[in-house]
Order: sequence, then C-alpha cells, then structure tokens
Amino acid sequence: MAELVAVIASTHHPFYYRASTATGADRPGFADEWVRKVEAFRETLSRARPDVLVMVGSDHFHQLWLDNMPQFLVGKAPFYDANFYNEEREFGLPRMLLKGQEDLSAYVLREGLDAGFDLAFSNELRIDHSITCPIITLRPQNDLPIVPVYTNIFAPPLPQPKRFVQLGRTIRQLVEAWPSSQRVAVIGTGHLSLELGGPRQFGPHGPDPEFDRKAVDWIAGGDIEKCLGEVTLESLHLPGNATHGFMDFMLMMGVAGEGQRADYVDTYDLFHTMEAYFTWYPGGAW
Amino acid sequence: MSRYLLDKFLYTVDRDPSLVERYREDPAGTVAWWEETQANRILNCCAGESSTWLAFDDVERDALASHDYVKLFELGAHPFLTLTLFIGMFERDHGPLEFQKEYARRLAHFSLPYPDIST
Repeated sequence: MAELVAVIASTHHPFYYRASTATGADRPGFADEWVRKVEAFRETLSRARPDVLVMVGSDHFHQLWLDNMPQFLVGKAPFYDANFYNEEREFGLPRMLLKGQEDLSAYVLREGLDAGFDLAFSNELRIDHSITCPIITLRPQNDLPIVPVYTNIFAPPLPQPKRFVQLGRTIRQLVEAWPSSQRVAVIGTGHLSLELGGPRQFGPHGPDPEFDRKAVDWIAGGDIEKCLGEVTLESLHLPGNATHGFMDFMLMMGVAGEGQRADYVDTYDLFHTMEAYFTWYPGGAW
Repeated sequence: MSRYLLDKFLYTVDRDPSLVERYREDPAGTVAWWEETQANRILNCCAGESSTWLAFDDVERDALASHDYVKLFELGAHPFLTLTLFIGMFERDHGPLEFQKEYARRLAHFSLPYPDIST
C-alpha cells in the first residue's frame, strides 16, 4: 500500500512569488524573512521524499463558474496547465505546466464516489494559484506529479464545514489504501481571516487577529471537534468575507487526524493576512 | 435583480484583456454592447443555443456603467470578482495598495451582515 509520508497545510499568498524574486528598491522589507520561513517550511516536505502530491485548493472563478459549480472536484489529466491571465496581471505569477498522476486520480474518483462523495471530475483542469503557490513555495523544481482536488469555498451555497473534515478523512483513507508503493504527500491551502472586496481589506494585519490566533491553535493541535464547535458557514463571515477558505484548512485537519498535533508550525504576520504553515508526519517526525 | 448576470459580466470581462481595457475606457458603451450580445451567451456552449431571458435591471446597469463598485457591493455582486476586475482596471493609476485601501474606505459604511452574494 502507498505510504502517506507528509500532510501539509498552508496559506497561499499570491504575492510571495513577486516578493521573493524582487530585487533592489522593488524588494519589500518583509521579503527576506518571508523567504527564510518558506525555505524552512519547504524542507519539511523535502525530507519526506514524496513521489506524488495530492493537492487541495480552490478555483477562484478562473475555470469553474456559476453555471456549473461542483462542490468537490478531482482533476484527472496527464498534465495541468496553470495560472491565468489575471493572476499574471496582478501577481506576476508565471505560466506553469504540472504533470498529473492519473492512476491515483482515477483511484480517488472511484473509491471516493463509493465512499459517499459525489465527486466531479475534469479531464482538462487548468489550475490556479491555490495550487501553484504551494508548488512555488514547497516544490519549486516542480518535478512531482500531482492529483488536484478542488473545493468550493467561494460560491454559495457551500458545503458545511464538517463535510470538508469528512472529505479530508476519506482522502487519507484512500491514499493509505492505494495499492502502490509510492510515497504520497497531501498538501492543501486555505486562508485564515481574510477580506476581499470589502471594507476590511488590505489592512496592516489580517482582518481578525483573534480568529487567526484561535485558528492556528486548532490546526496546530489537530483540535477538530473544538474547531467544528465554533465554526459554521454563518460564523465564517465574521472574521472576513473570504474566510470560508479556512474550510480547506479544516479538510487538512481531517487528513491529519483528530488530536494529531502538527510536527511543524510557523506563522508570519503580513499586511492583509497572516501566513501559516503546518506539517504533520503520519509515520512519526523525521 | 439579476445578481447572476452581474457576476457573469464581471467574470467574462475580467478574463479577457481586451474587454478589461474596453470596459475601463467606455463603461456605458461596453455594458450596453455586452447586454445586447453577450448576456444570453451560455458559456461553454455553442452560440446557437443561447439563453433568451437574461437582462440587467436599471440599477444594475447603471452601477456597471458608472464603475460604481460600492453599489455593486451593495447589490451583492461577488466581491472577489468586483475587486479583481477593478484592480485590473485602476490599480495602475495609483501607488502601491493605494487603490485597494481607497476601495476599502469607500465601503466603510457597510457593517455585518454584508449583502448576500448567493446567486
């Protein structure tokens, strides 16, 4: 059976690429420390020596739209083109091409359907910064095949938070039961408190530092039940109108398991949002 | 109220560089052209199978035609779509983050609960 060698949860700040590659007067003051933190985080994946990455993210109205919006979608393609014109325009993100792992995609689709998730699929998924940002930060050589899993955290009506946790638990079960000798890492990205297009956007910190503090504690401690006890679809509007992306962190808590403390936790308080990085090693810390 | 159509306008314009420029330079003309020729186009479907029933109401049409992102927020347009498109059109005219912060200031009179964005 396949081995789940790392579970990684992270924010996906689209400005990292531009900030980390800027030079001279264009380089922001926070860039060097940000790079240092990201490179330390990257090492937590490198040391797990994965063969394939299952990557959880969300389309930002790039390919998926309100005329046909899946709640959970698995990519099943040999390759994935990546990043879109408006991400190039606003964030300076490069166009990318990622290799797919179709066998694992097919397996997750078949077994995921049988496990009770009516998964959508795509044979021509183009992925956006929710998945390319963690490639840029965690695996910049872009040498591993991926299985993308998209969630809807964006276009109401949304699945309930518990459904994200349940999908995370199922992804773990499927990966560990996959008849393969490959080493699998599951990487997912979401948000802490975040406001986009509203009155609390682009402040000196995230819109709700108190929520961020609690959220980091929940994730770091694997405290799924406490998190589910406090977080609802309605309550997630309070810390910022884009905070429903936190449910992708809850999905990753489901992958990591109830009560499983993260082996690596780091945060970085930037303008507009707080960065957060977590790694679990299911087989024990390296 | 056709919140879906508001979002469809923002979505289809934002993903097309030529339309972003056209909407920046001629908002009223672009909205009129788009409603006449594009509003009923079913995305991912051939042109011959278009819809027949989609149209803006006057308030929506005026908000789009005047680049009034405050009104669009009030109408429940998806804030990510609105922000992204307006950054694409107007950030270039301002210093770093100036446009984004001014955008927030102009929405400062809104408090929770924000307008419903479901379509």
